[in-house]
Amino acid sequence: MLILALAIAAIGIMEIYSTTTRSALAGQAHKQIYWVLLGTALAMLISRLDYHLVLEQAPWLYGLMIIALTVLLIVGPRIAGARRWFVLGGMTFQVSEFAKLVIIVSVAAYFADRGGKFVGWGDILKVGVLVGLPAVLVARQPDLGTALTFCPIAAAGLFLAGIRARQIVVLALLGAMMLPVGWHFLKPYQRERISSFLHPSQDTQRSGYQAIQSKIAIGSGGFWGKGFGNGTQSRLGFVPVSHSDFVFAALAEEQGFVGTLVVLLLYLALLLRLLDAAQTAGDRAGRFVCVGFAAVMFFQVVINIGMTIGLFPITGIPLPLMSQGGSATLACFLGLGLAMSVNMRRFVN
Amino acid sequence: MEFRFPEDDRSSLPRITILQYVIAATFLALLIGYWRLQIGQHRQYLEAAERNRIRNLPIIAPRGRILDRQGRILADNFPAFSVLLMRESPAKLTPARVEGLARGLGLDPADLRRQLERTARLPRFQPIVLKQSATMEDIAFVEAHRVEYPELDLLQVQQRSYPRQTIAASVLGYVGEVSEEAIAKPGSKYRPGDVVGKSGIERSYDAILAGRDGMRRVVVNSRGQEMGSITTINALPGNDLRLTLDLDIQMAAEAALGGRPGAVVALDPATGEVLAMVSHPSFNPNDFAGRIDSATWHQLNTDPNHPLMNKAIQAHLAPGSVFKIITAAAALETGTIKPDFTVSCPGQVTIYGHTYRDWTWKKGHGHGSVNLHRAIVHSCDVYFYTLGKMLGIEKIAFFAKRLGLGARTGIDLPGEDPGLVPSPEWARRALKRQWWAGETISVAIGQGAVAVTPLQLAYAISGVLSGGTLRQPHVAFRDQLRVLGVAREEETTRPFPLRANTVEALAQGMWGVVNEGGTGAGAYEDGLDIAGKTGTAQVVSLRLQDAAKKTQYRSNAWFVGYSPSTKPEIVVCALVLHGEHSAVAVPLVRDVIKAYLANRTPRRPLPEQLQTQIRVLSELRQPAPGSGGE
Repeated sequence: MLILALAIAAIGIMEIYSTTTRSALAGQAHKQIYWVLLGTALAMLISRLDYHLVLEQAPWLYGLMIIALTVLLIVGPRIAGARRWFVLGGMTFQVSEFAKLVIIVSVAAYFADRGGKFVGWGDILKVGVLVGLPAVLVARQPDLGTALTFCPIAAAGLFLAGIRARQIVVLALLGAMMLPVGWHFLKPYQRERISSFLHPSQDTQRSGYQAIQSKIAIGSGGFWGKGFGNGTQSRLGFVPVSHSDFVFAALAEEQGFVGTLVVLLLYLALLLRLLDAAQTAGDRAGRFVCVGFAAVMFFQVVINIGMTIGLFPITGIPLPLMSQGGSATLACFLGLGLAMSVNMRRFVN
Repeated sequence: MEFRFPEDDRSSLPRITILQYVIAATFLALLIGYWRLQIGQHRQYLEAAERNRIRNLPIIAPRGRILDRQGRILADNFPAFSVLLMRESPAKLTPARVEGLARGLGLDPADLRRQLERTARLPRFQPIVLKQSATMEDIAFVEAHRVEYPELDLLQVQQRSYPRQTIAASVLGYVGEVSEEAIAKPGSKYRPGDVVGKSGIERSYDAILAGRDGMRRVVVNSRGQEMGSITTINALPGNDLRLTLDLDIQMAAEAALGGRPGAVVALDPATGEVLAMVSHPSFNPNDFAGRIDSATWHQLNTDPNHPLMNKAIQAHLAPGSVFKIITAAAALETGTIKPDFTVSCPGQVTIYGHTYRDWTWKKGHGHGSVNLHRAIVHSCDVYFYTLGKMLGIEKIAFFAKRLGLGARTGIDLPGEDPGLVPSPEWARRALKRQWWAGETISVAIGQGAVAVTPLQLAYAISGVLSGGTLRQPHVAFRDQLRVLGVAREEETTRPFPLRANTVEALAQGMWGVVNEGGTGAGAYEDGLDIAGKTGTAQVVSLRLQDAAKKTQYRSNAWFVGYSPSTKPEIVVCALVLHGEHSAVAVPLVRDVIKAYLANRTPRRPLPEQLQTQIRVLSELRQPAPGSGGE
């Protein structure tokens, strides 16, 4: 599990190095190496811990998260127009990345207490609030993308707990009815992203421009790619933020379809491995932790990689393990540590 | 260990398996998406990526300089910047961005929009020039707005400059941006913003003067900043062109004509080389070197004196009495008269029932008894009316045409007027009527429908003086054109031998015009050996002229003079539009001839001066436009 994650992270660092070297962002690759090393250490540490200890702390952690997110909304520094980060000694921490873990643990703790083959409407409502509250707080930062990544945790939890097909249909209808209402709550730039996703050629300057340039980068990579350090699209600034959100476009340009294939297979292996751990987990709690973590990662990978080829609108969702970013990397390894802890204790009971 | 969690049930396990299949299927879908992009559409996206990062920037070749016959610079270049719009950029020019662009570059938004519409159909890889001779502010705007306007770029160009301003402007012509029609023509080698000769020498020898632009393929980043250069094809500068014009004579002619509308042409009759050519009013070609402002353009196009017209080759005017030399030549050569043929001039004569007046009529006397010599010296109209009647129009027209009138001389300047030698055949064709016998009488003294350009008149008189050897006038040295491989056919002379005693009689007459108190006596000066023939060409009938007293009805003043009177080296034709009397034109010719005599020393450039400048030969396969004549 950790090996797969480290392999993906290594490829990510390589691409970050390739796209940022000899630019204003030089040095990001080294930073990322430190984050990955720190994350690995933490993951190994947590895997030694019994995940039940963590789950016992779920109410406390949840309360702390809500407080942190609320405080952030009130006093958080505005960086690039959003209050997403706490600044600690020159380092920035993105609370919402760690919030994912807390929500995974909270949802797991909720279902671990419950038995039964099916969930009732009360369960659905409770889980909805449990996930919805932090999601709303994060969306207010504003960071709709990250807020959306909370949803698969609830969805996977409910699915695993035995939601009925009829309940899914009702929820889907409800969601569809809420769609026009939701449009009103979107910020102008968010609407623009969605409309330019629907009609990419209408706006070749901003969001649509990013989508087109990303596709050009990927398509121009071809089968073998242009080679390490030769990605003109990502290195000359045509692909936006090619070291973080669009790192996969940079990979696809420089390493071609071969690179794409390798990394996608690595992700697939990692996700299947996480679900295997869920299958063999010693109890419901461990199962829900693994599935929740896998759900978040799957969601982010698909949305991010799909976005680079124009399958999804452009959202600020980073690619787990590959995109440059301290908080996201750390949170990912922490989650991985929890899953490893579950995996190591599968025969205990 | 103690757990407060209940024992697990296995009911959720099948659902995990479902999730695994969902994940695998989704990844397969993603992989297919990438396959299509990276394998299926690879070529198209690779091209898009190359277009993104590679810019083809032209390196503008400087135009060749234009020099006078002694190597003095008449047209030169200086470096300037043009603002280019790179249209391959994926950035789209929305109306708001066009507006901002116009504001930033100080352009009229409506003009800019029109230009963008006009150029919309040109291939995208061709950048278009938004502004020539960019100011420091424009350059700063482009550099400061790389992010907002990544499609802008600066191009160093060689801007044309004419250090002597209006001097010889009509001969040199001017340059300008190639028209969009010319670019759109199939097989066109022009790109938008290319500078081409639009008139004069700049146009007729554009192929020689234009260099071959080079090209730089550079890598740019998303902001359009250059990151490095891939290949460079150096520009080939255009060839210098040495003209037969002599700046000293040219300046003297310009000064002599001064502010009056008219033209002066000075020819070397032995070679056909044009030593000076002036047309006033004229323009400043420097105004065109950037993009000419519409106010200046409007003024140049609406001025009643047509500054953009080279009157030396484009004026279409009655030659007046200068034409009498042609009539006299015809009379002598056909044997119609001998030089001692005498006519009595009472100031008017009645022919075919119509009374034709002599120009002396208002003074109340005629010329009395005149022979050919006196008739030329005093420009007796009655004498030539009589010759006209004796000769008939066919003979006059035949000699006029053989002596170079009524057809383009074929000078290497664009837009030459052919003039007109009327004939019964012409009347039938152009006027759809019979020739009136009375018209012949008017033509005999250079009135009526007969029309010439100042150049033609100098050319015809040169031809008479040389005994009928007409040397094609030209402003670029033949030797040089031969070196460059663009020389035209060698048929530059049109032999039409005149008898020696005919030439002698005419030359003596013209000598008398200046030196025996004739109509050109104003050109007489001690120590000068000038001869010539005057002309006062009516624009309208004498009666209307008296009644109106308006400038535009005043007669045009002509004088064609030459020196020395035997074996002339320079023939000068001066025209003062609405000068009222030929006496106005006479001193002009004298001044030009004096300038020629004052500065006789280096007559021709040395051969090596004409042979050092072969630079761009492949461009020169076709003869220059406008040089073919007819």
